[in-house]
Amino acid sequence: MTVTINIKDLVKKYADATVIPALSLEIKKGEFFTLLGPSGCGKTTLLRMIAGFNSIEGGTISFNERVINQVEPGKRNIGMVFQNYAIFPHLTVKGNIAFGLENRKIPKEQIAAKVDDILKVVQIEQYKDRMPKNLSGGQQQRVALARAIVIRPDVLLMDEPLSNLDAKLRIDMRNAIKDIQREVGITTVYVTHDQEEAMAVSDRIAVMKSGIIQHLGTPQEIYQRPANVFVATFIGRTNIIEGSLTQEEGRYSLQIGSNYAEPMSNIRVPKPQASLKVQISVRPEEFIMTEDQSGIRATIVHSVFLGQNTHYFVDLELGQRIEITQESKTSQILSPGEVIYLKVKTDKINVYDAAGELNYTGSGQL
Amino acid sequence: MNDTRKRFDIWTNISLLIFVFYILFLALPLFTMLIKSFYNGTTGDFSLAYFTKFFSKPYYLTALFNSIKVTVCVTALSALIATPLAYLMATVKIKGNSTIRIMILISSMSAPFIGAYSWILLLGRNGVITQFIKNVFGFTMPDIYGFTGILVVLTLQMVPLIFMYVSGALKNVDQSLMEAAESMGYKGFNKMRKVLLPLITPTLLAGGLLVFMRALADFGTPMLIGEGFKTVPVLIFNEFISEVGGDDGFAAAISVIVVLFATVIFLLQKYVSNRKSFTMSALHPIEAKKKSGIGNIMAHVVIYAYTLIALLPQLYVIYTSFLKTNGRIFVDGYSLQSYIDAFSNIGGVIANTFFLAVVSLVVIILLAILIAYVTVRRRNALTNTLDIFTMFPYIVPGSILGIALLITFNDKPLALSGTALIMIISFVIRRLPYTIRSSAAILHQINGGIEEAAISLGASQMRTFFKITLPMMVAGVVSGAILSWVTIITELSTSIILYTGKTKTVTVAIYTEVIRGNYGVAAALSTILTLITVISLLVFLKLSGQKEVSL
Repeated sequence: MTVTINIKDLVKKYADATVIPALSLEIKKGEFFTLLGPSGCGKTTLLRMIAGFNSIEGGTISFNERVINQVEPGKRNIGMVFQNYAIFPHLTVKGNIAFGLENRKIPKEQIAAKVDDILKVVQIEQYKDRMPKNLSGGQQQRVALARAIVIRPDVLLMDEPLSNLDAKLRIDMRNAIKDIQREVGITTVYVTHDQEEAMAVSDRIAVMKSGIIQHLGTPQEIYQRPANVFVATFIGRTNIIEGSLTQEEGRYSLQIGSNYAEPMSNIRVPKPQASLKVQISVRPEEFIMTEDQSGIRATIVHSVFLGQNTHYFVDLELGQRIEITQESKTSQILSPGEVIYLKVKTDKINVYDAAGELNYTGSGQL
Repeated sequence: MNDTRKRFDIWTNISLLIFVFYILFLALPLFTMLIKSFYNGTTGDFSLAYFTKFFSKPYYLTALFNSIKVTVCVTALSALIATPLAYLMATVKIKGNSTIRIMILISSMSAPFIGAYSWILLLGRNGVITQFIKNVFGFTMPDIYGFTGILVVLTLQMVPLIFMYVSGALKNVDQSLMEAAESMGYKGFNKMRKVLLPLITPTLLAGGLLVFMRALADFGTPMLIGEGFKTVPVLIFNEFISEVGGDDGFAAAISVIVVLFATVIFLLQKYVSNRKSFTMSALHPIEAKKKSGIGNIMAHVVIYAYTLIALLPQLYVIYTSFLKTNGRIFVDGYSLQSYIDAFSNIGGVIANTFFLAVVSLVVIILLAILIAYVTVRRRNALTNTLDIFTMFPYIVPGSILGIALLITFNDKPLALSGTALIMIISFVIRRLPYTIRSSAAILHQINGGIEEAAISLGASQMRTFFKITLPMMVAGVVSGAILSWVTIITELSTSIILYTGKTKTVTVAIYTEVIRGNYGVAAALSTILTLITVISLLVFLKLSGQKEVSL
């Protein structure tokens, strides 16, 4: 039976240092939920609190309605996949997978059947009797996954399970993990610092920093409408430019530099003022090169040709260096020193308050 | 909140039990000894008389000075011989390399006093070599007795220890470090002095400490070969054992002085080595290369010669065990009479030895695993104290621990003196560190996540330990246990204090037979002991698939 995880005002302290101040979160039944953030943001700490390996200094964690703060890890009915797999090196593949079942006093024949079933799901039937040292990283990963889900856990917890694999295998495995999770339908909490991986597997993502959830949403939401400047810079690449918002009769206009202004139709400011300083997040692909001499004046510094796209590093007239991406053309690549004029895609860019904490751009206009 | 649950799990109880064991059988005896040294034995008043006596009489101060002289010289000489040997073995391909290593190991595994007594047979006043040189060349060799003898015997005994330590360290030195040094213009001796030596200094310090403590504590060698050259362990033994004029309180006082001295050295070594330590692991270890010409021959000669000299005492003892004896002297011809006498008179000692050693070993393995686990995985104030307790056997010489146990458990409520139990307790306390060290070392290599994985799958703490952690620890536990085993069956300095007729061990029997002059029987017993040691080692090497025992 899979569950809803309810986290309320959760606090984690190590001695006097507070790692997680007060975190609340609801993870839905059967959801693939990812905790994403830079190292030291508290994501693994939170996962280990759910697992029961870290103590809880305040607040509650419940599976459905049951508060599990005081329940021992072994009694929480969780399946966990560790960063280094934590495969038992002295047991065969079969022995590893059967280990959790043997704790549950299940008849031998049933254990064998369950092990065979799960081996098929993770596609390593042929390695059943091998010792772990004779398996590749990807195969060990599959054993770890099989071992965690064969016990039919209420919750599947994964701590950076792919970080030890090479780039290509990482992509194969993350697809496999996603497929298997969908097939067994277990509520899954996944920890990673790799934003691309998070986007690829998750139903929803919580972006964390300093023990606080900065943004909780679907992959599309957090990429296109990041809640604050931190999330915008952490997810994908972006340029942060300073500008100002002016308002006239409810209509907003965005000013960048002295010669460029765009009307904005999707701005919502809590306390409207005539003019506001703002931070603007413009992703490299959200710039348009204009043919005429309107827009922001910029000078090409250097370019990188990457096949489908060409990346330009340019200096704005405001003195800032930014990155822009253009679909590659057959004509000559612009050379250093050339002057171009840039506009932004107003429906895609994000406008934040001066502190970078609040997104003025409405998501309704997506 | 659930911190309380973690703090009071089954491991806390286990830690507490072991803690009580150490308090009772290590802390209490040492404390009793300390108290005893400050009270007048007859009047029972507090007094510093024992200490004043020790420091005011040249006789005692000379013994202290002798001990320091022997210990420092043995440690320095062992390092000076062992380091080049280990370097040669690591860099030059020697024929029979692994056999040589095993032989060097074996040479260190006998009780030191057997070496002493064998060297007396070879180089003593009536020794074979002495006589041979006298008859052939017509001159008298310098005397082996006294300082020279102790130095020779102990150095030969200790070289293998440092040799094994340094060999281990050299394996962790990456070849590229040597090449880097060469590329910057350092060659030969300079390269060694500037690069290699600093790299193995922490290891030399660790090995040096071990040798220092053993040489300081050794009692059998100076007893046999020292003659007028008295060292502190001999002094303590005589004070404690002698029927007339001996004084337990005075023995306790000298013991306190020795333990204090040893503690200072121990802390000093820790201080120095902490500042010099670093971790190394070699991707491409230094490889032994085939050399040619004179260098190759010299390397072989040096290593073969050393191995022969190191094994000579044991080989000679084995040889004499097959000689015909007449009363106490060897006569021409061969016989098995010594073995028959050995078995008929004192066959029981072999049974005793096995009984005591096996029981001790079982207890050691059990305790070592548990102690290693709690000190590595459950760090807290209690387990840190345990960790410190387990180091005491390094600094408390065996004879002193024997005396401390005896004066503590001589009376009710815990009258243990003369029992097999007190022997077992002393063996356990003294030989635990080997197995604890190796068990802790392997535990450090086992990722804690593996245990969490088992717990997350619903296994209890005990099931996790027995099904997952323990099987992964086995190799490490066994490699320490073999050292514990071998050092138990060759143990003399504590057993000689604690044994009675019923608990006499082979080592004690050899010692008493040597003292009585029954060299034939002593040789036969020594041979049996050597055989047991060698078989134990070979079985271990075979089973573990290793090429050597790591210290």
